[in-house]
Amino acid sequence: MSICTTCPYCGVGCGIKTDGVQLQGDKQHPANAGRLCVKGSSVLETLGDQDRLLQPEVNGQVVPWDYALDEVADRFRRIVDEHGPDAVAFYVSGQLLTEDYYVANKLMKGFIGSANIDTNSRLCMSSAVVAHKRAFGEDVVPGCYEDLELADLVILTGSNTAWAHPIVYQRIAAAKQARPDMKVVVIDPRRTATCDLADLHLAIRPGQDVPLFNGLLTWLDDHGALDQDYIDAHTDGFDATLNTARQQGNDWDALAEQMGVSKVDLTTFYHWFAACERTVTVFSQGVNQARNGSDQGNAIINAHLATGRVGKPGASPFSITGQPNAMGGREVGGLANQLAVHLDIDNPEHHAAVADFWQTESLAKENGLTAVDLFNAVESGQVKAVWIMATNPVDSLPEADRVRHALMACDTVVVSDCVASGDTLACADIRLPALGWGEKSGMVTNSERCVSRQRPFVKAPGNAKGDWWIVTEVARRMGYASAFPYQHEHEIFAEYSALTALAGRFGRRLDMTAAADLSADQYEQWQPQQWPLQGDPRCFGDGCFATPNGRGRFVACENPRVRQIGDAFPIILNSGRIRDQWHTMTRTGRAGRLFAHLSEPFAALHPKDIERYRLKEGGFVRLASKVGDALVRVTSDAGQRPGTAFMPMHWTDQFSRRARVDALVPARLDPHSGQPAFKHTPVNVSDWQPRWHGWLFTVAPPPAVEYWARVPVDAFLQTGQVQRYRLAGDADLTEQQLHDWMPEAAQWLALNDPATGHFRRAALDSEGRLLAWLAIGEELPLCDVEWLANCFADEADTQHLALLAGQPVDAGPDLGPVICSCFQVRQKTIEATVEEGADSVEAIGKCCQAGTNCGSCIPELRGLLETCSV
Amino acid sequence: MKRLVVIGNGMAACRLLEELTRLAPDLYQITVVGEEPFAGYNRVMLSPLLGGGTDEQTITTYPHQWYRDRDIRLITGSPVVEIHRHRRQVITAAGHVLGYDRLLLATGAAPRQLPVDGVALQGVMSFRDLHDVRTLLSLPAARVVVVGGGFLGLEAADALVKQGHDVTLVHSRGHLLNQQLDKAAGHRLQQDLEARGLKFAMQARTQSIEDNGHGGVAAVHLGDGHRLPADYVVQAVGIVPRTELAAQAGLTVNQGIRVDDTLQTFDPAIYAIGECVEHRQRTFGLVAPLYEQASVCASHLAELGHRRYLYADTATRLKISGIDLVSFGDFSDDGDTLQLELPGSYRRLQIRDNRIVGMVLYGDVGDSAFFENLWRNQTDISAVRATLLLGEAFCNLPGDGGDQQREVAA
Repeated sequence: MSICTTCPYCGVGCGIKTDGVQLQGDKQHPANAGRLCVKGSSVLETLGDQDRLLQPEVNGQVVPWDYALDEVADRFRRIVDEHGPDAVAFYVSGQLLTEDYYVANKLMKGFIGSANIDTNSRLCMSSAVVAHKRAFGEDVVPGCYEDLELADLVILTGSNTAWAHPIVYQRIAAAKQARPDMKVVVIDPRRTATCDLADLHLAIRPGQDVPLFNGLLTWLDDHGALDQDYIDAHTDGFDATLNTARQQGNDWDALAEQMGVSKVDLTTFYHWFAACERTVTVFSQGVNQARNGSDQGNAIINAHLATGRVGKPGASPFSITGQPNAMGGREVGGLANQLAVHLDIDNPEHHAAVADFWQTESLAKENGLTAVDLFNAVESGQVKAVWIMATNPVDSLPEADRVRHALMACDTVVVSDCVASGDTLACADIRLPALGWGEKSGMVTNSERCVSRQRPFVKAPGNAKGDWWIVTEVARRMGYASAFPYQHEHEIFAEYSALTALAGRFGRRLDMTAAADLSADQYEQWQPQQWPLQGDPRCFGDGCFATPNGRGRFVACENPRVRQIGDAFPIILNSGRIRDQWHTMTRTGRAGRLFAHLSEPFAALHPKDIERYRLKEGGFVRLASKVGDALVRVTSDAGQRPGTAFMPMHWTDQFSRRARVDALVPARLDPHSGQPAFKHTPVNVSDWQPRWHGWLFTVAPPPAVEYWARVPVDAFLQTGQVQRYRLAGDADLTEQQLHDWMPEAAQWLALNDPATGHFRRAALDSEGRLLAWLAIGEELPLCDVEWLANCFADEADTQHLALLAGQPVDAGPDLGPVICSCFQVRQKTIEATVEEGADSVEAIGKCCQAGTNCGSCIPELRGLLETCSV
Repeated sequence: MKRLVVIGNGMAACRLLEELTRLAPDLYQITVVGEEPFAGYNRVMLSPLLGGGTDEQTITTYPHQWYRDRDIRLITGSPVVEIHRHRRQVITAAGHVLGYDRLLLATGAAPRQLPVDGVALQGVMSFRDLHDVRTLLSLPAARVVVVGGGFLGLEAADALVKQGHDVTLVHSRGHLLNQQLDKAAGHRLQQDLEARGLKFAMQARTQSIEDNGHGGVAAVHLGDGHRLPADYVVQAVGIVPRTELAAQAGLTVNQGIRVDDTLQTFDPAIYAIGECVEHRQRTFGLVAPLYEQASVCASHLAELGHRRYLYADTATRLKISGIDLVSFGDFSDDGDTLQLELPGSYRRLQIRDNRIVGMVLYGDVGDSAFFENLWRNQTDISAVRATLLLGEAFCNLPGDGGDQQREVAA
């Protein structure tokens, strides 16, 4: 029995149809119309009870739910009573469903009375939220995916769409194939996979988006390409904004030089922008994750407002979001500086209306702490209890090591998660087992405001519960039972939809009121729908905005201060996604297949920098910033700008020894959004040459060596899942260490070459099944890691020599039975010598040695002589 | 026709006859005088015969018909007692007087006797020829002590275990086959044989053999005072070249009958091959160099002589109770030692200057020829060193290094 649900990964929000065994893209879903990327297609492989958090735990002890919920409620109650509501905080996630988000926000802001609830969306989208609110008066993405297909010019800036939003990329690619005249411009300091589609790649220097789009505004003005009527009729602030933009002048040679691109490319882009009425500018983390991320967003929107291209078919700025329900979180008020349903905390009318709706007198009156400040407050002891849901701040926040220390020192850390081990879970006093994808039920909103269901199709493992249920139970235990009467998630969704009536009352476009009276059955039957649930699927196309006067606002964007690159940290480190992994790999890291593309953490550098800093391609590099360091492999990438490096954001201490990129990133924030500047970390790089390299396959945790990187293998032993570790170290190894890294075993295969430090070990059980495999050498020992993984999975009896080799032996042609056992000469070989003219036992011996030692095979040789010469 | 007399009918002699009759079928009228009353048999196969793995007919590689087919006169059971070099005649125990133009000595070797009291008792035996095997096969189930942990002793002991005897092997050194194996392989062999019921007294010197009062064996006394009760003793403590006839005839004899590179003795009409000879201060016990001597000598006897016999170090190949062993060269601890240990199999290579100088293979010997060629050709193995021990199949791997590239390619 197939169900329709939504992919758990990026903000494209693709529909999936699955029965738990087969999985395919949902052809009816408007986001993907049946397409799926590799992550989405492999999501079934990430399910299963392995490494799942199955029972609540308090201080490391498994406890019943009642006990754990009482404990959470008591601790939060006590701290709120003693230190006030701002001494507690929630840190939630774009992985939560709308219902989960809604009750968490309602509990914190509405009843505990603090706005200390922030979300990991702060890290990816909050600058876009600010840009939207400043320009449109409301955090609304005006366009929809169809605009990408209708556009004549698609600009992708700060977005490796091909890897981070593959289905959006595929839609653009298909449209371009159908209409080759359609142009694609990619703006990115890196030449990424997305550039394959580009007619023009503007590899600007990092942090140059504002000068680029200010330059565009000036160019449009110089060339009479502005939509002055639209500007006059529908916007405010244009003159000031243009004046600010013009401060950098209109010397296009100088600007191109500053950007680090050619003037031809720069003006080609401006010319295309001017010429294409139907232009969509897609922007994402590369724009948002900067110290001036909000301004970068507004600089883009300014260009669209100046040409009247907002919310029209094929013409709009288009922020695409990173997470499956970042948009839903923004809608219900998951950010510390939002109230709920796109209303503002510091607006007394909004405040009164929401307080009335929720029937509360404790509604928070001031904005709460945003993510980075929130954990600073944990560090300082101002926040004494924090509840983290479905996210991993020890890996994903800047200055990540500091975050870890802060959590370790915090009075009460509650973590709700679906996995049993993680860098944040390791800091938790109370662990609550949450439902994962495929088990939980609720709504998500994607980047084009399309609200879809996530539906369960597998049974909850152990005692795991939905996040909304956990929060509701804690709320009741804190004394707010009447405000949290929910028995089913659909009641929450209906309440939220009803609440959006307030959004409409205050001129917001967010409108879900049509779902306010949704029955449980209608909720079950819900089909993907864009909001506003009625009317035009685009917003602001009529030139009417959600600002008090209904006019769109230009925002004057100053060029960023030019920061000198110091000798101490001469490389600018950028971070981002890779194609086949998701966030901190708690899900994708369970599928060995998704490591086939990139299996180890790495830093990509331009070949010139590899040479300049005496690194070795494929070798190791130590990166150090002012706040932290990392040790990863070196990848040479001519698509990197010289002077820059790229590291994937995914690797955690669960998957490598020291590869958390955010441990390097200083907590520098956009002043308006509080979003950290992940894309611009000054670092230095140095070569690390290990004395030995190795592979280890085992179910055990990694050994304590200088470098390791883990890949799960699709094979399970009684003791757990087999893991493949790539190892390297610079301390001498002893045979005892090698022994300690391996499990108890009935049988051993061993190869020792102590003079060169080359050792191999295979541990087998009494029936010959492989339990663990190790190879150490001065160079990385050669082996076929995929074949070895199969050796763990298959019960087939593998030849011992091949096992130690770590490669299958090509058996070659069948040469028949061994005739001469002294020299291991086989029948076919002997027959061949006879056919070539050997006419006696001696002649056979001369040709192939057979029979020249013990002679016991001579009768058989004679026999072969007779039969062959017949 | 010229006359050729061959004294001895062992493996070297038979191999020579085979070669000679092929090279020059009509050159000689050949007479072979064998001490043993049998046609030509494969001495290497005596252990399987004793162990019940084969029969006499199978191991008789040169039956009487074979001699008849080549007009070779075979005299058995009547050993030569004298050589008259001046008259160019040999005389047998039965009084045959055989004139020769060329004489070949292939008198072989005799088992070495223990230099201890009691060695002459009834029940103290050797394991050398078909007669010995017949004797050993006729014994009732008994306690047998085999002295000597070389391959002959091991083969005898193992075969006797298979025959149902209670067998203890006494060896004077710390590990078995100390000439052919390193310690690790020797210990493995001991364990494997123990698992089949053979008992061992290692680092044990045989002090004396105790009389049971009836001229038979009661026990073996060891140097450390231990007494091993026994009904029979089998000596396997090496061989001594049989040189009495040659010495008596005035040929130069040292440890063996001295021959030059054409296998000729002091007397140009007389050649010698096999275990009885000494060539360049070396005597022989394994079959491979004997065959080479037979081949060279045959070419000279056939008057096609231009070849010279030069000793080539060859691998020692043994099979003990189904366990294959191959070794060659130097496996002292000088240089780099590469070891491979698997259940039931062991490999060791000794490497100096990136060249194989020694090898021990135990169990799986499938790659012995591969290693032997590398050794013989002094091939530089540095390029394949990492997988060398795994054998030929893993030393020509395609896509070397490709894996590392694939790992981080972005």
